[in-house]
Amino acid sequence: MIRDPEKLDRYTAPERVNHWLVAMTFILLALSGLVLFHPLFFPLSQLFGGGVWTRILHPFIGVVLICFFGSMFFRFRRLCIMTAADWEWLAHSREMMNGDDRSLPESGKLNGGQKLLFWLLVACMSLLILSGIVMWRAYFSFLFPVAVIRFAAVVHAATGAGMIALIIGHIYLAIWTRESIGAMLYGKVRRAWAKQHHPAWFREITGGRK
Amino acid sequence: MALQSLDIIRRSATTTPSPGQRRTMEVAKLIDVTKCIGCKACQVACMEWNDTRDAIGQNHGVLDNPMDLTENSWTVMRYAEVETDRGLEWLIRKDGCMHCGNPGCLKACPAPGAIVQYKNGIVDFQEENCIGCGYCIAGCPFNIPRVSRKDGKVYKCTLCSDRVTVGLEPACVKTCPTGAIVFGSKDDMLHHAEERITDLRERGFAKAGVYDPQGVDGTHVIYVLHHADKPEIYNGLPKDPTIGPMVEIWKGVTKPLASLALGALAAGAFFHYVTKGPNEVSEEIEKEFKDDTRS
Repeated sequence: MIRDPEKLDRYTAPERVNHWLVAMTFILLALSGLVLFHPLFFPLSQLFGGGVWTRILHPFIGVVLICFFGSMFFRFRRLCIMTAADWEWLAHSREMMNGDDRSLPESGKLNGGQKLLFWLLVACMSLLILSGIVMWRAYFSFLFPVAVIRFAAVVHAATGAGMIALIIGHIYLAIWTRESIGAMLYGKVRRAWAKQHHPAWFREITGGRK
Repeated sequence: MALQSLDIIRRSATTTPSPGQRRTMEVAKLIDVTKCIGCKACQVACMEWNDTRDAIGQNHGVLDNPMDLTENSWTVMRYAEVETDRGLEWLIRKDGCMHCGNPGCLKACPAPGAIVQYKNGIVDFQEENCIGCGYCIAGCPFNIPRVSRKDGKVYKCTLCSDRVTVGLEPACVKTCPTGAIVFGSKDDMLHHAEERITDLRERGFAKAGVYDPQGVDGTHVIYVLHHADKPEIYNGLPKDPTIGPMVEIWKGVTKPLASLALGALAAGAFFHYVTKGPNEVSEEIEKEFKDDTRS
């Protein structure tokens, strides 16, 4: 509990709980998926009770993620609508990564990168769900011709690797941008932080007041 | 099934060489479709030797029984009535694992050592290592492996690797009453096939030939067909089977490269932090708030 009336509310408790449920489920899903991705990662199957358990659990963990991620989708989809300013923000994001954020347009509650990540994750999840159903041998694979299963396997592997890459980026940017992990843990941010990273949002909720 | 641990040339989901010091002769089973009378003795012998029993099924009004390969029926006779230029022909093919030189099942398998290929050419499933994902089914160009509903493992013809190890021929070969199935070194089998083809051509089967598809680096179960130009008429025997581009992409160089890329991304992120430093609130803004706080 952080008692500081000066701090701003950034994420509500349900939003935070939802985010961390997605995060934990995704880590389990990624680790079990890597087991089946390449032999290099097969030893990770020990975390799940061996290869057979990994094969059994991976799709069910996927179903759990669909529920949590689906909830997050409905929670954040309006907030993540891309605007012209967001694309402008993205165009200047390389300069920001180099430590120069002077030319960045002011971002709202979420910046262009966060919004784009959201939609890329939605796209990855959709592809992973569709291809995952086709590959789920115990219940669904028999419904599909082998050519479709092979195609699904390629889509699933490529999208899975892509989604892991996106999440590595997401985690890094959260570490890199100091105090943002605190925002997702406790829900509150300092006023200075808000003005630095999300100036448009800061003005919106404070009316420009410091 | 039996572990011939020194004779392995390929092992699934294994990126280093397998113990393969011993040299053994490459074997093959030759199925002469032109001599087969469709008695199904081979199906019976297969179940007898391997101690599998299929469920009693339905009569579908045709001779095929069971209608398809199952986890208990590792070989089935497939019957086709086909109109050719010679009139109506009854083509019977004993279906089962072809023991490919380049096995798609082994390529697709993600479980280390669940599928091995012996020096003698036999492709064998080691069910104790099988995780039951069914990727081998997607990788197979011949639609052979079947998942067991009982234990979730995948089964197929072993070419009686346990018998071959101790110098016996496979059970189906042993029992075939017409000599349509023979077993020996691959060279001998190809030689025997040539003799059969010469004979068949003299009898008017101008297109008789051997089925040893090179798209999968040859097989260790080979057919003599009266119509080798049209293998599809034998209940869909693929004309030019290959592992196929999808499985090659799925299981080729892309995944090690993708793994490397993910590692590089994580390392790149770390070094970005080290070289550029964290993204903190600027001194200017900090100062602005410090001065104003509770003033």
